[in-house]
Amino acid sequence: MSRISTTFARLRSRGERAFIPYLTAGDPSLEVTRALVLEAEARGADLIELGFPFSDPLADGPIIQRASQRALDGGVTLLGLLDLARELRGRLRAPLILMTYMNPLLAYGLEAVTKEASAGFDGLIVPDLPLEEAGPLQRGARQAGLDLIFLVAPTSSPERIRLIARKTRGFLYAVSLRGVTGPRAQLPSDLVSYLQGIRAVTEKPISVGFGISHPEQVRALAAYADGVIVGSALVHLVEEGGKDAVRRVGDFVATLKAVTRE
Amino acid sequence: MPQAKRAPRLPDARGHFGPFGGRFVPETLMTPLLELEDAYRSAQQDPEFRHELDHLLSTYAGRPTPLTFAARLTDHWGGALIYLKREDLCHTGAHKINNCLGQALLARRMGKRRLIAETGAGQHGVATATVAALLGLQCEIYMGEEDIGRQALNVFRMRLLGAKVTSVTSGSRTLKDAMNETLRDWVANVRTTYYLIGSTAGPHPYPMMVRDFQLVIGRETRAQVRRLTGALPDCLVACVGGGSNSLGLFFPFLGDPVRMVGVEAAGEGISTGHHAAPLTAGSPGVLHGSYSYLLQGEDGQITPAHSISAGLDYPGVGPEHSYLKETGRVEYVAATDSEALDAFETLARLEGIMPALESAHAVAQAKKLAPALSRGQVIVVCLSGRGDKDVQVVAERRNGGGS
Repeated sequence: MSRISTTFARLRSRGERAFIPYLTAGDPSLEVTRALVLEAEARGADLIELGFPFSDPLADGPIIQRASQRALDGGVTLLGLLDLARELRGRLRAPLILMTYMNPLLAYGLEAVTKEASAGFDGLIVPDLPLEEAGPLQRGARQAGLDLIFLVAPTSSPERIRLIARKTRGFLYAVSLRGVTGPRAQLPSDLVSYLQGIRAVTEKPISVGFGISHPEQVRALAAYADGVIVGSALVHLVEEGGKDAVRRVGDFVATLKAVTRE
Repeated sequence: MPQAKRAPRLPDARGHFGPFGGRFVPETLMTPLLELEDAYRSAQQDPEFRHELDHLLSTYAGRPTPLTFAARLTDHWGGALIYLKREDLCHTGAHKINNCLGQALLARRMGKRRLIAETGAGQHGVATATVAALLGLQCEIYMGEEDIGRQALNVFRMRLLGAKVTSVTSGSRTLKDAMNETLRDWVANVRTTYYLIGSTAGPHPYPMMVRDFQLVIGRETRAQVRRLTGALPDCLVACVGGGSNSLGLFFPFLGDPVRMVGVEAAGEGISTGHHAAPLTAGSPGVLHGSYSYLLQGEDGQITPAHSISAGLDYPGVGPEHSYLKETGRVEYVAATDSEALDAFETLARLEGIMPALESAHAVAQAKKLAPALSRGQVIVVCLSGRGDKDVQVVAERRNGGGS
């Protein structure tokens, strides 16, 4: 059983949901990312998703686009992030998940990147990689013992959801809405029935993400998913910066995590 | 001279041209792309769809476009006889309308009421706005802020046609970023909206579909050259940005012993790094939904392209071109900004035709090819668009360039 699966099993046995923060790695530097990851775990994050920036992030809204640009301007490299993850592994209980687009992975080499990433990361999410194109990366990830986590969307047909649920490892990422990442005041009205539909076809843990930023939204979704992912709202706190950005991210993580214990 | 061989039937069922192409998109777009492919295949089988498209191509777009013998240019350069395939005479001034009519009819058939598109030079945006007006569909065009500045006339044309033009301020503020933003719009509005991609790029089925709608260029050329000479042309030349006019011209000749040359934009020169020539100086990767040649750094971040021609100012290229490069069937070369400007002026003075700066890259290459061929051999240059939109850019360069 992978560290990600073990984490969900442990939470399930306690009747808790996973809270999964997303942060853009290297925004504004990897030193800050290190501090943010340690703070997030200390304040209750169960798993932590780190996004490696890509110049053309077509699944992301303005907040993560800007963060990606700041990180790239700051000179972050995939090699640097993999080193950081390796260093953090011994200090973290929470599994780390690498999120990035296909091209930086291809440029690094799929076999090399899965092998080296597995020294610090437990999972991998690639938002522009549907099942149909995933073969080579699946092989690399399996060999390296890295969970390749697939996404389903509100547009996915029931057959696709079943197929994707079968292939995903660690958990199934349910994209909550039709659109890019970024906070929404209102989530889709059919979100609950969509999550119930996914639940009906898989035993694997389901984590829901995209658009979620308020404790109330987390509370509403926690009943229908095993994990909740919040990204842009946290990245926005990093963007606002200031000396206490790390503490403010930590406070928000603690607030959101508390809801998943209810 | 490349060997004649039967053109393979590509792409395969999953949209691959050899290793290139595919569908590298968020899951949200997978079902819409599969539906689009189904709708396209059923439209292809429907004689009424084909009939309506052919009717619009002839009565609205002005097809067939002429094949013009460039007599003074031929004399001037010496060597092969130069013919110009006059896509610049299409309604809206470029070949883009061929594809837009096809896809807009498809959008209507699918019940979509809104068209969105990216544009670089504005030619595809104008063509999309035009077909939206023709069919009574809503239209929004995404255009990089940089391009809006250098193609003001086309922006005004799109607005006159009733389209909303949205300025894209992310990234390099050019065609690549406009395409990101259009994809993001599509992800959010996929139920009501049809994404009308303007080139043989993007995820499957777009590269196949756009090629199919553009191969009318090559079919007409084939018949026209045959009528004139009784034979096939010896050489075809076309510019390559995303690659739709070139693929439209080349495709019907892929199985024939005809030399084909695709001309990318070398910008300020390949060695300066300021160019838009992924096939000449890039490497394969994933951008905008397909695996193809790209301009990228060692770390897989996309490098901004540079070309005086907004329509070629794109760091990627359609996946079928990558395949044709790897198989060696098509030669790919690059022409610089200043070579394109020279060609623009030469064609204006000797033939009374101002080509689009995009097409001027193909003319610049013909200048190199023609003298090396013998008198009596035939070169066809695809004049993909007209140059009215570029007059200001050319004027500024003449004044500023000191030449």
